[in-house]
Amino acid sequence: MPNIAIEMTGVNKWFGSFQVLRNINLKVHSGEKVVICGPSGSGKSTVVRCINRLEQHQQGMIRVDGTELTGDRRSVAAIRSEVGMVFQQFNLFPHLNVLENLMLGPMKARGLPRRDAEARARHYLDRVRIPDQALKKPAQLSGGQQQRVAIARSLCMEPKVMLFDEPTSALDPEMISEVLDVMVALAQDGMTMVVVTHEMGFARRVADKMIFMDEGEIVEEGHPEAFFASPRSERCRKFLGRILKH
Amino acid sequence: MSRRWITSALFAALLLLGGCASSSTWGWYVINPMTEAGWINVRFLISGMGATILLSVVAASISIVLGLLVALPGLSERWGVRMINRVYVEFVRSIPLLPMLFWVFYGLPIIFRSMGLNVPIDPFWGAVITLAISDSAFTAEIYRAGIQSIARGQREAAQTIGLTYMQTMRFVIMPQAIRRILPPLANQFIYIVKMSAFASVIGMQELTRRANELVVTEYRPLEIYTLLILEYLVLVLIISQAVRWLERRMGSDERQ
Repeated sequence: MPNIAIEMTGVNKWFGSFQVLRNINLKVHSGEKVVICGPSGSGKSTVVRCINRLEQHQQGMIRVDGTELTGDRRSVAAIRSEVGMVFQQFNLFPHLNVLENLMLGPMKARGLPRRDAEARARHYLDRVRIPDQALKKPAQLSGGQQQRVAIARSLCMEPKVMLFDEPTSALDPEMISEVLDVMVALAQDGMTMVVVTHEMGFARRVADKMIFMDEGEIVEEGHPEAFFASPRSERCRKFLGRILKH
Repeated sequence: MSRRWITSALFAALLLLGGCASSSTWGWYVINPMTEAGWINVRFLISGMGATILLSVVAASISIVLGLLVALPGLSERWGVRMINRVYVEFVRSIPLLPMLFWVFYGLPIIFRSMGLNVPIDPFWGAVITLAISDSAFTAEIYRAGIQSIARGQREAAQTIGLTYMQTMRFVIMPQAIRRILPPLANQFIYIVKMSAFASVIGMQELTRRANELVVTEYRPLEIYTLLILEYLVLVLIISQAVRWLERRMGSDERQ
């Protein structure tokens, strides 16, 4: 039995009086790939953002790699350094070039010497297939390239878990596949991944577990084959019908 | 000596401006650099320039640091911490400069003495403290606006690669915010230069004080205060040109 990378038990969260998460229970094993889908406003991004405490949950328990997420700053820092995150809007640092974007975390948070940080940065730039863009500023890259740099930046921290929050939603259609290819390669290398996405082709290829969320709760979860072939709930069936039509 | 020629040229311009030849209203002789007595007066007036500049630069430097220290709690997610910023800004911003100057120069030493401390406050430091504190409320707001204008995603991205709050500020937020902060901050410096004139009332020997003293001996307020205004005009024009240059540089950086 592989150990549990992420565990959420009875997690509830409110934004003001609006409940965004309702009794979320989720287990992600080491090496597992979980894809979360659902209509917008269903709370799927919030789930992912709670895992590295960009959002705080108000009830329930979240444990990452054995450490429970509490208000304690040290536990938050410890968990964040184990968890990589890729955002919909890339969020690269525009004043730094690609290499500097990648080296910042390893040098400042991990205390790596510059030479080692640069070697590591070049290694991961290679893996996301843009070794030749190292000295460009983010604004000089295409959206797809920017998102691959963002993935490389997370990988430079050598995290145990990677979270993806709609990584291809802000991209032009012709750039989606170059980002998904990198993510598939990452999955094949055994990375533990939680991916919020509407890319069902990607989900079919890599997911070990599919999760469908609606109105803040997990409505359905299961193995992708069963999930796509015969969704049990009406809400999930409708949702899949809509996004798989085209 | 070239300074004398420049002031002479300015003086000639003044003559035209004031239409002195036709009127007995103006008595330019008092600051005519072409006469020995006039040149002595002009030199006396201009000799306050150094003090005005020094006062403004020291006060602005303190305000720049103090403003940042006041701005940071204003960015906190916690209400109580944010209130520190709000109370400071609202309180300091509402005190007129002159009463504050009196309070610092005449009042503060009494407090120090009651505490058994012998801290003399001379006109220079009295004016520096007052100008710096008064200005810091405005610089704090400039910092806060500049930092808040950086998208939230930048801070989140920095957090997810394990940077601490201070590292996030230093390596991610401030390098981006500074381009938006620096031009209004430099603009604020012009206010300090102008407000520094208030230091004359507590005896600081700067531009305005020099003019006041000369008026008392020469009885020519119109000419002397006209020259005083021109002195500030020249000073501020030089600064605003520097600010323009700065904005252009920042702007061209942004476009990259």
